[in-house]
Amino acid sequence: MSRMIINRRRFLTGAGVVVSTIPLVGCDALDGMLSDGATVREAMAKANDLTYRVQRFLIGAHSLAEEFSESEIRQGQRPNGSTDPTDATYVALRNAAFADYRLEIAGLVDRPLSLSLDQLRNMPSRTQITRHDCVEGWSCIAKWTGVPLAAVLDEARVRPEARYVVFRCFDTMNLGLSGESAYYESIDMLDARHPQTILAYGLNGGPLPVANGAPLRLRVERQLGYKMAKYLRSIELASDLAAYGQGNGGLWEDLGYDWYAGI
Amino acid sequence: MATAIDKQHDGADRRTIRRHGLATRITHWTWAIALYFLLLSGLQIFNAHPSLYIGEQSGFAFDNSVLSIRAVRGADGEVQGVTTAFGRRMDTTGFLGVSGPEDSRAYRAFPAWLTVPSYQDLATGRVVHFFFAWLFAATFLSWLVASLINGHLLRDILPTFSDIRGLPRSFAEHLRFRFRHRRSYNGLQKISYAVVLLIFFPLMILTGLTMSPAMNAGAPWLTEIFGGRQTARTIHFLLMLLLIGFFAIHIFMVLAAGPINEMRSMVTGRFRIDLEATEGGPER
Repeated sequence: MSRMIINRRRFLTGAGVVVSTIPLVGCDALDGMLSDGATVREAMAKANDLTYRVQRFLIGAHSLAEEFSESEIRQGQRPNGSTDPTDATYVALRNAAFADYRLEIAGLVDRPLSLSLDQLRNMPSRTQITRHDCVEGWSCIAKWTGVPLAAVLDEARVRPEARYVVFRCFDTMNLGLSGESAYYESIDMLDARHPQTILAYGLNGGPLPVANGAPLRLRVERQLGYKMAKYLRSIELASDLAAYGQGNGGLWEDLGYDWYAGI
Repeated sequence: MATAIDKQHDGADRRTIRRHGLATRITHWTWAIALYFLLLSGLQIFNAHPSLYIGEQSGFAFDNSVLSIRAVRGADGEVQGVTTAFGRRMDTTGFLGVSGPEDSRAYRAFPAWLTVPSYQDLATGRVVHFFFAWLFAATFLSWLVASLINGHLLRDILPTFSDIRGLPRSFAEHLRFRFRHRRSYNGLQKISYAVVLLIFFPLMILTGLTMSPAMNAGAPWLTEIFGGRQTARTIHFLLMLLLIGFFAIHIFMVLAAGPINEMRSMVTGRFRIDLEATEGGPER
């Protein structure tokens, strides 16, 4: 019988060789390749386009995000990002209980609009209990009430060349080197016309609190939380995102996050 | 398959066979690279919210947490790394929660040497993770198709009835470090590869997809079968730990059973077997 009886010295030598190669591929060795704008990172980020196309193909235009029953609302909606904007225009509006608030709809539309909160509340409304998924990894279920974005877009008569809806916000975030920047976000027309895409003014049966984006925030239920801009100031229809911020379609996108956040 | 018989200096008869097909070797090493980056970028993503929960949502006003890794300032002003698993608190300062050199501590769940990039950067962690997730899934699909065609799946991976019957014996041989180098995998090998390839890998892909809000709209059955998005995230993490466990045993076995021969079989495909064992030994 020829058997492989373990030879301790040979085993330890082999183990030593394997273990000693591990630090060679230590993690900070890769940092340079992965910094913003680096070729390797840019190439890998193309996987997001693939995810976007494949998910759009798989889930279709009209599939609905799961909706839950009242009993699943077990806590308040966790606020994240800006929770108390200090922009002077915003503070003035908030101090007047948003009585003078107007949502501007402009860009590639035939009928630019300027809507007050009462006008928005008098439009058709939709209430949905959905799960908010943050890019950080947590989830929270809450009830959102608002006007479907599609209804507002129809009112403004979107021109056919429009491909994106861009949301401009009151809150500015101080994000290191790039300095103070106003929050903005963008979605494609397919998500914009999705039945669950609403401009929400209500949360869990009450008015939308300041911490959660008062007076008006976006809900895009098939994407992650950072797409759902809070403190909406205006909506612009655009054929291209290059003119906004650094051209990546959103403030977080300008900082390296993927534009498509369906995953 | 069989090639030249060569006499070893120790007098034992051995011969070299072609062990692993090209598809098996290519997919093996692609997985090795993909899983390495998936692990390190996954830990980077985990660090953005270092808690795991059971159910659909994360409890902030209630407690459904099963694991959390935090930096907590104690009464004495010292910051401690505290890992809480199923309600049990452990001090993990230096590794989990608080790590790095004594004079410049970093407050992060997993330490810098276990994440890509080494610094906290969720956006880049996601870019790396989803790139390699695509590579991993594409490799899995290629492996499945190739292994069905070339017979690898039926011949080497799926355990037969006699493999299962022979498990206690196979187990005992492994414990005594007695490895028979035969043409086919032994029962324990078949079962561990079958579990990793046909259970862990698909579950890893599915729990990953369950965390995608778009997939929840397109395939709501995903959250149904895993018991909610946060449970899926917990299972995804657990599978990571199981794969690390598999990796440790896998490497240990390669070293114990003859690293040169085993490595060669996964690089060139050629594997030296014990001659007597090919002649229908009783353990087949």
